[in-house]
Amino acid sequence: MDWALLTEWTIKSLALILALLGGFAYLTLFERKVLARFQVRIGPNRAGPFGILQPVADGIKLIFKEELIPAKADKIIFILAPIITVVPALVIMAVVPFGPAIQLFGRTISLQIVELNVGVLYIMAIASISVYGIVLAGWSSNNKYATLGGIRSSAQMISYELALGLAFTGPILLTSSLSLSEIVEAQRGIWFVLYQPVGAFIFWISTLAEVNRAPFDMPEAEQELTAGYHTEYSGMKFALFFMAEYIKMIAVSAIAVTLFFGGYRGPFVDQVPLLGPIYFLLKVVGFLFLMVWVRATLPRIRYDRLMAFGWKILFSLALGNAMLTALGILLADAFQNPIWLWSIPLMTIAFFLLVVYWMRGSIAGGNR
Amino acid sequence: MNADFVLFGGLAIVTVLSALGMLFSRNAVYSALYLIFNFSTVAVFYLMLSAPFIALAQITVYAGAIMVLFLFVIMLLGAEQTGRTPPTWWMQPLALTLAAILILEGIYLIFTHRTSFPALQQTLGDFGDPLQIGELMFSNYLLAFEAVALLLLVAVIGAIFLSRGRKFR
Repeated sequence: MDWALLTEWTIKSLALILALLGGFAYLTLFERKVLARFQVRIGPNRAGPFGILQPVADGIKLIFKEELIPAKADKIIFILAPIITVVPALVIMAVVPFGPAIQLFGRTISLQIVELNVGVLYIMAIASISVYGIVLAGWSSNNKYATLGGIRSSAQMISYELALGLAFTGPILLTSSLSLSEIVEAQRGIWFVLYQPVGAFIFWISTLAEVNRAPFDMPEAEQELTAGYHTEYSGMKFALFFMAEYIKMIAVSAIAVTLFFGGYRGPFVDQVPLLGPIYFLLKVVGFLFLMVWVRATLPRIRYDRLMAFGWKILFSLALGNAMLTALGILLADAFQNPIWLWSIPLMTIAFFLLVVYWMRGSIAGGNR
Repeated sequence: MNADFVLFGGLAIVTVLSALGMLFSRNAVYSALYLIFNFSTVAVFYLMLSAPFIALAQITVYAGAIMVLFLFVIMLLGAEQTGRTPPTWWMQPLALTLAAILILEGIYLIFTHRTSFPALQQTLGDFGDPLQIGELMFSNYLLAFEAVALLLLVAVIGAIFLSRGRKFR
């Protein structure tokens, strides 16, 4: 093992984790500010100029809160559950490239922790693991609201994982590689969202469900379940769940940017590699804004409709999208002309409209 | 005594202990958790055999999707506590006998064929690459692949048929 390489990895991992934790702290402030603006309020503005010290104040408050463990809780799992929730959220970003390789101290350093030839599968594996923390938190609390929240979240995550996995196939087929850096390089000319408008849409909706964001925040629907799976958690253990949710928001935005919106690519990145991370950050912040916007706009949807939407509409759309993408690539191959790739968006959008028209009664009202 | 051997030994101990933990936990949720742990360590074995695709598929499918369903059912039914006695008297002796036969067979095979596992060395390298697996699946093993696909399709249709709504009965 090369020591320089080991040091490089350690520094990059530390930098990523610190960036994610700092990003989490300021994402909470960002969300509160933006939500306040949507509701014609000012938002937090007391701690420091423009409230920029608010996350610090929140953190100090949470650290000094009393930690309760319910008497009949399963203690080991109750303590492990927040940790199991946070770790996947932190490690999922390891395969996402932030920028092109840069020259530093005479070494070529790629701005990506590991280049994995099965990067997309890695993301799917970690995403499928990340449900356990929430389920176990709900079960170990020995509280019926918490258990219900945990069971709901597992059902929801299993259902939307299917559509999410199928949405991944679009960029994979277009690149014919599972490596994320190759997917980014393949978007040098054109962003995949133009070839895959429906795929990006499905990806976006199912990631909202995967990270339990509004309007899919069923596991913590406060009117029905008080606080869902984290009802019994307080202090830093609660903060860990909170942290996991916001870090997952950042992570899924970064993955969406990488798969569909050209990753770190943008004008002049080849000349000035350091522009790469800046473009990447700007795109991620755009997606985070979109998430807060959705939360400010849409009400939570009812649980049975959430499942019906996931299985009847999103899943069928994702299956059709994967098939039509493959068909478009075959056409482009058969005619030896990449212009045929543009048949993919045409076909998928037509299919999208067809499904939406056909299924219009099955979600809002109508027979279930 | 190289690094690979130490890695393998440590992992093997973890795998066996988690399997035993799965068997002997009284609480079904703990059993499920041990099984998840066991599946993940098996995934690491695949990584050591330079088959990253299979390793990550193992985590996604087994440790992820299937075990979430197990946990879901255990929690939904509230079946965490298992009874002390097995349901039928002949199950335990039968299981022990079968396990003993399997272990003896495994030991016999390893010691007689110790030097003749020719396939293993050849398949290393970029065998586990997703590209290679895809090519093999759609060329050499196309028939088996299609048969499995058909089987899964039949299972999906069967599940939909069994859970059909009252309207269609």
